[in-house]
Amino acid sequence: MHRFANPTQFMRIANAIYPWVAGVAILCFLFGLPIALITSPADYQQGNTVRILYLHVPAAVLAEMIYYAMAAGSAAYLIWRHPMANLVAKASAPMGAMFTALCLICGMLWGEPMWGTFWVWDARLTSTLIMFFFYLGYLALGDAFEDPERGDRASAILALVGVVNVPIIKFSVNWWNTLHQPASLSLTKSNMSGDMLLPLFLMMGAYAAFYVTVLIIRVRSELLAAKIRNARMSQIAAMPQMAE
Amino acid sequence: MSVFGTVFKRDIRHAVRQSADSLTVVAFFAIATVLFPFGIGPEANVLARIAPGVLWVTALLAALLSLDRLFAIDYEDGTLDQLVLSGQPLSMVVLAKITAHWMTTGVPLLVISPVLAVTLNMPKDGYLPLLAALLLGTPTVSLIGGIGAALVLGSRRGGVLLSLLVLPLYIPILIFGTMSVESALTGQTPGPTLMVLAGFAVLAVTFSPWATAAALRQAVE
Repeated sequence: MHRFANPTQFMRIANAIYPWVAGVAILCFLFGLPIALITSPADYQQGNTVRILYLHVPAAVLAEMIYYAMAAGSAAYLIWRHPMANLVAKASAPMGAMFTALCLICGMLWGEPMWGTFWVWDARLTSTLIMFFFYLGYLALGDAFEDPERGDRASAILALVGVVNVPIIKFSVNWWNTLHQPASLSLTKSNMSGDMLLPLFLMMGAYAAFYVTVLIIRVRSELLAAKIRNARMSQIAAMPQMAE
Repeated sequence: MSVFGTVFKRDIRHAVRQSADSLTVVAFFAIATVLFPFGIGPEANVLARIAPGVLWVTALLAALLSLDRLFAIDYEDGTLDQLVLSGQPLSMVVLAKITAHWMTTGVPLLVISPVLAVTLNMPKDGYLPLLAALLLGTPTVSLIGGIGAALVLGSRRGGVLLSLLVLPLYIPILIFGTMSVESALTGQTPGPTLMVLAGFAVLAVTFSPWATAAALRQAVE
């Protein structure tokens, strides 16, 4: 794992997989969106509204997975001072916040025709909203300091505190109120028909590949920005008479 | 244990000499609670219905307001650097400071809460569970708040940022704290929810000083 702490090594691998994940993202969106939104069968209860779920469910999955990725990156950064892990965590946070927001918005648009209301204080909705606040807190803490490294370390600690609290909050909110239907898809069995699983998996693949693609772009631009900063610094250092 | 005692006594002494700070927190708790009847209307049964939730939410906000003083003064005058460099276990120092903070802000909230419950027309059956829930819940509030207070030290927008970091973490305490009181008011036993609150307190005592110490170390580095 320490091999990847070297930015050059990391970027060599990232650049190698970049065209593949970008390609997968484009292909999955290209096939997934028309199938999900047009050709897949309408649900016998939900009608065409079920199509919103093809955008909603993958966003929910990604929102949660990105939080764990962020926490893992933060842990690696705090324990081994692994600089690339920090960059990955930092680059993941805005994506996670975006997927959480997408999940909430799609969910609300689905809830209006299905439950008759945009928002209910149900356990899963509430914990997703809380996760959104976690992302916002992480982002806000990260750039609240003059010294960027201080912000990195503070927000890494916050991400870990958050990940310890996620199960506690889930448990509390579940105890508090439950209305959301249980997940119809798990690793071992499925209550869904194949016609609906295909677009769901395509969209999930599209979202995941999109995340990795943007992650690589963000990490790359972050590294370039650091390079530019260093170049400017050495430029200034090279002409002391100007600094006087 | 001597580190704990020394820091604890010092912080209590500071708080006693500047007792206005603790009083401000209590005053905030009172005024914020008193705002609710104006916002909602004076009907006694409506106020009685929302009393447990209102008291818990305002208590959390009052505790939140007191948090930025927890480490900020020591951070600004350099005491915190000395404490970190002293070679004593930092999590013990943190625990002492948070205990002192809880004694000087959490306990006053506890003391005044029945009076505020009376103004909200809460039925008598709720007083004891309210006190028990606050007694078990406010230490967790201070312990979790300590992590947040340590993380935002020296940041550009401390107070507002602190609320964004800490309030989501308070939700479980709020849920079970309110539930304890409400179960007593609806004739159920508040025992189980109080036990969950006690469980949170044990978890928080175990993990939070450690996380707070890590946050303080990176703040003074």
